[in-house]
Amino acid sequence: MSAAPASLNADLRARAEALGQTLPPLLAEAEMLAATVMLGEHGRRRAGLGDEFWQYRPAHQGDSARMVDWRRSARSDAHFVREREWQAAQSVTLWVDPAKSMTFTGDKGRAPKSDRAKLLALALAVLLLRGGERVGLAGMAAPRAGRTQMLRLAARLAGEEAGDEYGAPETEGMVSHGRAVFLSDFLGDLTTVEAGLARASDRGVKGVLIQILDPAEEEFPFDGRTIFESMGGTMRHETQRAGDLRDRYLARLAERKDRLAGLARAVGWHFTTHHTGHPAQSALLWAYAALQGGR
Amino acid sequence: MFMIGPVGFAVPWLLLGLIVLPILWFLLRAVPPAPIRRRFPGVALLLGLKDEEAETDKTPWWLLLLRMLAVAAAIIGFAGPILNPEVRAGGTGPLLVVVDGSWADARDWPRRVEKATALVAEAGAEGRAVALIRLTDAPQAVAFQTSEAWAGRAAGLQPLPWAPAGLADWAAVLPDGGFETVWLSDGLAHPGREDLLQALQAKGPVRVIESPRPVLGLHPAGFQDGAVIVSASRMPAADAVAVEVIARGPDPSGIERELARVALPFATGEARAEAVLDVPPELRNRITRFELEAVRTAGSVSLTDDSLKRRKIALIAAGPDQEGLQLLSPTHYLRQALDPVAEIIEGSLTEVLLANPDVVILADVTRLTQPETDATLDWLEEGGLLLRFAGPRLAASDISRFTEDPLLPVRLREGGRTVGGTMSWGEPKALAPFVEGSPFYGLAAPGDVVVRAQVLAQPDPDLASRTIAALDDGTPLVTRKVVGDGQVVLVHVTANAEWSSLPLSGLFVQMLERLAVSTRPAMPEAADLAGQVWSPEVVLDAYGQLSDAGDLPGTDGEALADAIAAGPTLAMPPGLYAGADRRVALNVMAPETRLSAAVWPASVPVVGLEGREAQALKGAFLTGGLALLLADVLAALWVAGRLSGLRRGAAVVALVALPIGLMPTGGAHAQDAPLSDDGLALRATTAVVLAHVLTGDARVDEVASAGLMGLGDRLWQRTSIEPDMPIGVDIERDELAFFPFLYWPVTAGQKQPSPEAYAKLNQYLRTGGMILFDTRDADVASFGGATPEGQTLQMIASGLDIPPLEQMPGDHVLTRTFYLLQEYPGRHARGAIWVEAAPLAEAEAAEGMPFRNLNDGVTPVVIGGNDWAAGWAVDDFGVPMLPVGRGFAGERQREISYRFGINLIMHVLTGNYKSDQVHVPALLERLGQ
Repeated sequence: MSAAPASLNADLRARAEALGQTLPPLLAEAEMLAATVMLGEHGRRRAGLGDEFWQYRPAHQGDSARMVDWRRSARSDAHFVREREWQAAQSVTLWVDPAKSMTFTGDKGRAPKSDRAKLLALALAVLLLRGGERVGLAGMAAPRAGRTQMLRLAARLAGEEAGDEYGAPETEGMVSHGRAVFLSDFLGDLTTVEAGLARASDRGVKGVLIQILDPAEEEFPFDGRTIFESMGGTMRHETQRAGDLRDRYLARLAERKDRLAGLARAVGWHFTTHHTGHPAQSALLWAYAALQGGR
Repeated sequence: MFMIGPVGFAVPWLLLGLIVLPILWFLLRAVPPAPIRRRFPGVALLLGLKDEEAETDKTPWWLLLLRMLAVAAAIIGFAGPILNPEVRAGGTGPLLVVVDGSWADARDWPRRVEKATALVAEAGAEGRAVALIRLTDAPQAVAFQTSEAWAGRAAGLQPLPWAPAGLADWAAVLPDGGFETVWLSDGLAHPGREDLLQALQAKGPVRVIESPRPVLGLHPAGFQDGAVIVSASRMPAADAVAVEVIARGPDPSGIERELARVALPFATGEARAEAVLDVPPELRNRITRFELEAVRTAGSVSLTDDSLKRRKIALIAAGPDQEGLQLLSPTHYLRQALDPVAEIIEGSLTEVLLANPDVVILADVTRLTQPETDATLDWLEEGGLLLRFAGPRLAASDISRFTEDPLLPVRLREGGRTVGGTMSWGEPKALAPFVEGSPFYGLAAPGDVVVRAQVLAQPDPDLASRTIAALDDGTPLVTRKVVGDGQVVLVHVTANAEWSSLPLSGLFVQMLERLAVSTRPAMPEAADLAGQVWSPEVVLDAYGQLSDAGDLPGTDGEALADAIAAGPTLAMPPGLYAGADRRVALNVMAPETRLSAAVWPASVPVVGLEGREAQALKGAFLTGGLALLLADVLAALWVAGRLSGLRRGAAVVALVALPIGLMPTGGAHAQDAPLSDDGLALRATTAVVLAHVLTGDARVDEVASAGLMGLGDRLWQRTSIEPDMPIGVDIERDELAFFPFLYWPVTAGQKQPSPEAYAKLNQYLRTGGMILFDTRDADVASFGGATPEGQTLQMIASGLDIPPLEQMPGDHVLTRTFYLLQEYPGRHARGAIWVEAAPLAEAEAAEGMPFRNLNDGVTPVVIGGNDWAAGWAVDDFGVPMLPVGRGFAGERQREISYRFGINLIMHVLTGNYKSDQVHVPALLERLGQ
């Protein structure tokens, strides 16, 4: 790797860490108990396998004598069973849209959408890793825990190459009953998104959709005779009066957002739209809440 | 020249370019505005959207129009359009330029001269011979010459302060042969003008150039009911307008000032306006002339002579009037004669002399006490006129019987005589004609004036020379003696009708007038002037400026009377004429002069003096084209959708601001608003403030303020004196006590301070203030006498309480209050400066001391001409405002000038502290013990 990407990596990582530092460790709640879920170090607020004391409960029929806590039982007439808090680590898979459309920026002073997407992804990763979760990149890095994983993720994200005009969600490498975060502008064909979500929910994965848009895409501040081209140049549309298209464009955009929100709701996911003109903090907070709540 | 309406074109063939415009229309119409290419991911959402309107793929018509107008403006602009181009009407043959050259021409004389020289030069360019005549000159043969010969003379031509007379005479001296005439008329009708015009028209075409500006003339002021009536005429009688009449005259200190002013309202359509000027008699007697404000012609000035003066006359009769016998009162006829024209004061002789009357009349008063006599003699020496009338008491007394009384012109015989009475022989005596040399010469002696009794003069050797009126038998009736500057006149009869019928006749009044006892009527009659030689004292030029008459010859009274009636002439210029004992003003405008407009026959073309200026429109058209192009830039951007958001605003602002930025901006500093009293006091007392006197000359004041600011900066940097911003003070209005130091730049036009201001200034100087007078003339004339500033300084300083001065000695404390200095330059380096002289007693240097032992006092004034403020002046950025000297030497001079300023302020604030330093060794020695 040449010197420039290395410094870019370092830069991206530093900014992501700076963003992540401002939040308490993020605790992902697993919804389902599954064999594949490995014991983690954080309590899940329910009885289960773990190291930490959770509660005493009266012994039921069928509890083996080995399970009775005799020290507690000796203080009363009934038998009590000592339960421990269930601790589990969650697998979170991030997908950052690598398509060319993400390289758009409406203003020279603003970073492109892909930049914001990668920043958000890595910030989430930092938080989750600090919380002990396992974080991976869809199709690129399997979910793992630890600080080295963060370095690996940063390298992968920085090295990501733009390919198609619009991206399709990648579900490869997603752990069943894990969590997923999709970061994209979702301006391409929605059927691919639909398919991706279907595949993910088939595996019991829940997660969030974060639509990242440039303010220019939200406002359509264009006027006059204009030829619009896609970022790859494969699609084009010519108009004499761009200003006349504004209302219809905005209507279509709103419709698309509705549709995305509907898709997400159908499979129990969360959807939000984030603008690169706004601070990344708000989006990170929202993702934190969405991943923590999980319901 | 190719003309369209009033517009001509310098390069008309360029207008053919306008044909291209329709082609341009089609070209521009065919080319739509270029589209913008934008990368936009949201294009996926746009696919399939149709434009609602498809017409904008062609340039909109209004944008096309804008561009075409811009191009058309450029084409027309380059074709050189000129509004009202000067179309030369070529003529042939000689050209005669006729200029009235009267006082009325003076109102716009420069433009007349310009026009005349232009006409002469134009004729020269066409190879025509030229002649130029001024109608106010005496008619003389007219000779055509080349234009070069006339060019200089035409430029130097001046108007003359009278109206052209004898125009018909000019017709006689016109050269033979045909010629063209251009007549620059003053717009007034002058006698004989038609004759001259006909003569000129007989020779060739005549053009007339007339100024449309109104002519204003001020009539001599008159008296009515004790108030001064000023009146003025105008031509043409147009809209209502008010002009100000200013009365000028010397103030008590002899400086010419405006004494009063009154607005003279012309009603619409009225050619004449009158106003009443109500001024106190003291002021009125000082008025020397009236003038119309802001009009500079001889006609707008009216000189006043003695006619405005009302003399103060003290009337003293012998004893208390007898009750019921008013007609017999010795003063009744005098009072009747004098009351309308003079101010009469009464009282005892010592009382009235305090009022310094012009004339004291003693009617049959015999004996005066010694103090009274002495006071009267003193008063006579200074120019008083003592007029005495005889009477029974005088005849009965033995006053001036054996020796001549100092207050009587002749010795008197005892008893007098009575002729033609019931108890005497002979007829009552009539008056002899007045002889030449008598002040009454020229008055007719009416035959019905008879004298029945009189006192008789002793036949002394000088009786004949002292007699100014006599009876037909040769006995003196009126005798006169000169005492100092004044005179004593004795009328040998009573002032009532007891002894003669003289007081009953008009001659009595005329004689009083001739004796300058009473005031003459406003306009002197020919008879009043006849028989005397009147010599001009001051004369007016056509602009109404007074100048000394020099050695102009005197004229006799009849001619002067004619001129007063008919207006001044070449031989009789307007001005002030002095006779034996009075002065008569000859003004351009007589009381009844009417200003009537010249009427030209229809065959004579009359144009205004201005003409319509040829105005090049090229710049306007090109600017308009440029503005349209700028608008096109904006419009094109707007059509193409490239104006958006902030950039739109910024571009519009930039484009709009561009022409505004190109406009010249007034860089003058706004004058500080005058401070209120409290504001001034606060500003002046919260810190040390250097102040300068406001002179009224904006530039001088600005430099003075900047100079004190520069000096203040240096004081901040180098000393513990930290002055605030300088203040300009108005010595008439502001309190001076706050300022330790006043810088007073003296300008030539400065007014003398009022008495209150002098009182304030003297108080200021006495209580420790210092004034630095700066004549700013480098003291070129040394002693400051000869430059206008120096004279102004003398005038200002005359009222100030300034101690004796000396040129600043080398050991003056000013040379060592902060820096050691040998010279005191400002912008000029050399001038000497003057400070209070050291007392002589202490002016000895002690043994071994470099300085004289001068301990006391701060000089209240420093006077010099080195223009220090200019040397100190800095602008707002602290950069020197004016150059001083050259190169490094100049910078050194500026530095020294700052050092002088610092020394000066140190001297002001610490006094003679540095002088006291000579005592330091002695003090130290004493402390040591």
